[in-house]
Amino acid sequence: MAEMTKRPWFLPLLLLLTALAFVPAVRAQDRVIGDDEVNAVAKNLYCPVCPNTPLDVCETQACQDWRAEIRIQLSSGWTEEEVMAYFVERYGERVLAEPERGGFTSLVWILPVVALVVGLAIVIQALRSWRARKQQAVAGDVAALAADAGTVSPEARARIERELQDLL
Amino acid sequence: MLANIGLAALTVSFLLGIYATAVSAYGGWRGDARGLALAESARNATLLVVPFLTISVLVVTYALYSLDFRLAYVAGVSSRAMSPFLRLTALWGGQAGSLLFWSWLMAGFVATVLWRKWEADHELMPYFIAVAMLTTTFFIGLVVFITNPFAQLWHLTGSGEIVEAVFRPAGAIAFVPPDGNGLNPLLRHFGMIGHPPTTYLGFTGFVIPFAFAISALLTGKSREDQWIRTSRRWTLVAWIFLSIGLVLGGRWAYDVLGWGGFWGWDPVENAMLMPWLTGTAFLHSVMITEKRGMLKVWSVILIILTYALALFGTFITRTGVISSVHAFGKTALGPVFFVFIAVTFFGSIWLLLKRLDTLKTEHELESFLSREAAFLFQNLLFLAITFVVFLGTVFPLLSEAVTGTKITVGPPYFQKATGPLFGALVLMMATAPLFAWRKQSAGRLGRAIFTPFIGSILIAGVWGYTHRMHPGSYFALWVASFVVIAILFEFYKGIRARMKRGENPLVALARLVGRNHRRYGGYVIHLGVMMIGLAFIGDIYFQDETQRALARGESMTLGEYELRFDDLEMYPGSDGREVLEATTSLFRDGEFVANLNPRRDFFVVQQQPMTIPDVYTTAAEDIYVLLVGWEEVGLTSSTFKIYRNPLILWAWVGGLVLILGTGIAVWPEARRKKQTSYVLKPTTRAATAARPATGD
Repeated sequence: MAEMTKRPWFLPLLLLLTALAFVPAVRAQDRVIGDDEVNAVAKNLYCPVCPNTPLDVCETQACQDWRAEIRIQLSSGWTEEEVMAYFVERYGERVLAEPERGGFTSLVWILPVVALVVGLAIVIQALRSWRARKQQAVAGDVAALAADAGTVSPEARARIERELQDLL
Repeated sequence: MLANIGLAALTVSFLLGIYATAVSAYGGWRGDARGLALAESARNATLLVVPFLTISVLVVTYALYSLDFRLAYVAGVSSRAMSPFLRLTALWGGQAGSLLFWSWLMAGFVATVLWRKWEADHELMPYFIAVAMLTTTFFIGLVVFITNPFAQLWHLTGSGEIVEAVFRPAGAIAFVPPDGNGLNPLLRHFGMIGHPPTTYLGFTGFVIPFAFAISALLTGKSREDQWIRTSRRWTLVAWIFLSIGLVLGGRWAYDVLGWGGFWGWDPVENAMLMPWLTGTAFLHSVMITEKRGMLKVWSVILIILTYALALFGTFITRTGVISSVHAFGKTALGPVFFVFIAVTFFGSIWLLLKRLDTLKTEHELESFLSREAAFLFQNLLFLAITFVVFLGTVFPLLSEAVTGTKITVGPPYFQKATGPLFGALVLMMATAPLFAWRKQSAGRLGRAIFTPFIGSILIAGVWGYTHRMHPGSYFALWVASFVVIAILFEFYKGIRARMKRGENPLVALARLVGRNHRRYGGYVIHLGVMMIGLAFIGDIYFQDETQRALARGESMTLGEYELRFDDLEMYPGSDGREVLEATTSLFRDGEFVANLNPRRDFFVVQQQPMTIPDVYTTAAEDIYVLLVGWEEVGLTSSTFKIYRNPLILWAWVGGLVLILGTGIAVWPEARRKKQTSYVLKPTTRAATAARPATGD
C-alpha cells in the first residue's frame, strides 16, 4: 500500500514544466497586474458556463480561475485582444459580450438598420399619400366654406370667446 | 386533505372557464336576445372563476406556510429555514405557483371589467368574455395539466424512484421529504413582495385591451370609438403596473445581484421591456385615434403586438428557452405555449385584415408639421427599439439554430443599437407635445422651442466644457435637459396665463392640471421618464469602478472617496446562510461619511453565494461597495470592489414621479357636464361619404 501512494519526486517538477509549456508567450516584461486591469478585460467577456453573466462579476470558482488566468496572461505581456482571442478560441464565440461583426452574426447589426430604413420609408410614404388625398378633399371644401363665410352670429362669437377662455 | 380541496377548486375553475368561453362565443355568434342571455350566464361563470381560483391560491399559500412537503411544489420552493414572509412569497417563486398566481390575477382583471356597467358597449360583452376567458382558461389549463402545484411526491416501491404526480401511481406510497429545497437564494429578498406581483399585473392586464379590440373587430363595433377609449384606460392600468414592475426589478437587481447596475439587458428584463415599449407606443397613437379618428388600424396592431409580446415574455421567462434551445422541449410547456402565442398573434392579424373596412380613417393628414405626423415618427422609433431588443434577445437562438454556434448578445450591443434610437425618441419627447394637432406653423413652433433649445444648449455646453472626457454624454445631457426645460416651460406658460387672470401661483397650477389632467399628467410622466434616463446616462457614461485586496486597517481610493477595511466576521445568518460581513469606513475628502457593511451570504443547502452590497447614496451619486474576496485563514484581508454610480437615485425617484403622473392622467374627469359648441373631431363630408351606410 505504501508503495502505491509514493510518488516520484520529479512529478511536481514535470507538471510545472508542462504547465509552463502551455503558457504560449512568456515575455520578459512580467509585471504586477491590478484587479482593475483584469476586470477591464473580463468585462468584455461572458462567463462560459453561467448564462448571461459578465466574467468580471461572476461568482463561480470557474470564473475566479478564468480571471486568474487573465491576470497571468496580462502580466506576461498579452494585449487585451490576445486574451479575448484566446478565450474565443477555447470556449467559442459566446464568451464575447458584443457579438462579432462578421458572418451570420453580422445580421444582428444590419437588420436593425434595414428595419429602420424600411419603417421610415413606409411612414413617409403613408404621410405623403394621406396629404395628397387631403388636398383633393380640401379643394371641394373651400367652395362650401366660402359660401358660409360671414354667417357667424355675434352670440356665437361671444360663446366661442368664452369657451376659448375656459380652455386655458 | 386540504390539497384535494385546492385541486378540486382549480378543476372547477377550469371547467367554468371552458363553459364561459364556449357559451359566450356561441351567444355572441347568435347575437339575439337568447344570445345575450347566454352571455349573461357566461358572465356569471366568469365571476365564479375568481372565488374558486382564490381557494386554490389560498390552499397553496397555506401549504407553503405550513410546510406541507407532500406537495412537490412546496418541497421545491419552501423550507424550514425560511421566514414566514418568504414562505408566502414562494407562491410566485416557482413555475407551478407563479402560473397559478398569474391565472388568478388575469381572472381578477376580467371579473373587474365584467363588474362594471355594460351600457354603451353591451354588444361587445359576449365576445369580450370569450376572448378574455379563452386566454385565462388556457393558463388555468397549463396549471391543471402541465405544472400542477397540487402534484405530490410518490415513492415507487418497485424501482425506488421518487416521482411527481397528482394522483397516486400504481404501487406507490406517499413520500414526504424531511425538508424542502427552499427558494432560490436570489429570490430571498424583500423585493419579492413587490416586483413579481406588479409585473404579473402588468402582463395580465394587457388581456383587457386585447379582448376589447378583438371583440370590437368581431362585432363590427370597431366602426365606433367607444371601445378604443375603454381600451386606452385599461392599457394605462396595465402599463403603470408594468412600469412599477420594471423599476422594482431594477432596484432588486441593484440590491441583490451585485454587479453595480440596475439594468443588464438580460432576456428576462428584455421580455418585460418589449410589451412596455409597444404599450407606450399605443398609449400615444391612441390619442390620434381618439382626437382625430386616424391611425385606427395601427392602434389595433399595437394592441395585438403588445399582448403577443406580453405572452412571449411569459413564455421565455417560464420556459427558459432563451438560455438554450434545448430548454424548449424539456416540458410540454414550451411547445404548447408557443403554439398558443402563434395562434393568438396570427389569428388576430387575420381578423384585423378581414375587418379592415371598419377602421377607415376619418381624417387625412394636413401637414408634416403636425402632432399626428410627429406621433407617427415617434411610434416608428418605439417599434424600432422593440425590434432591436427582440432581435438581440432571440438572436442567440437563431444563431444556434442556423449555424450551430452559440453566441452572446450582451449589453454593449443593446447600448450601441438602441442608444441613437432612444436619443431620437427623447428629442421627439421634447418637441412633439409642442406641435399642434392638424397643422403647425413653423414660426410658432420655432418660438415655442426657442427657450428650451437655447437653455439646453447652454447646460450641455457648460457641462461639456468642464467634463471633456465623454463626448456622448454632452448629447445625452442636451436632449435630456431639452425635454425637462420644454416641460417646465409648458407649466410656466400655463401658470403665467392663469396668473394674469388674478390667480395665485399654486391655485393656478392646481387648476391648470385639473383642467387638462391628461395633458399635464403626461408631462409629469415624461419628467419621470427623463429622471430614469438620467440614471442611464450616469450608468453608461460615468460609472467608475476599482477593486483591491486590503489588509485590516488599509484603505483604497476611488476619486475623492477613501474606503478603509476595519473588520471582517463570519456568523450564521437566518434562512440557512453563512454570513461573512465586512465593516468598512467611507471617507470623502478625508471626512468620515458612513460605515458600510458589504456581505457575502453563502446558502449552505443550495451551495450558492450571494454578494450583498452596501451603498452610500446621495442625489449626485451612489458609492456601491462589494465584498468580492477574502483570506480564508484568520479573515485578515479582504478584496473590495467599489463602484461610483452617478445619478442612480433618480431612477427610483423617476419611478415615483411616473406613478404620480399616471395618477394625474387617469384621475376621473370632473362630473360637470361640459357645454361646448366645438367638436375636436368634426366629421367632414369626405369622411361621411367614405363610411358605408349600413352596419356590418
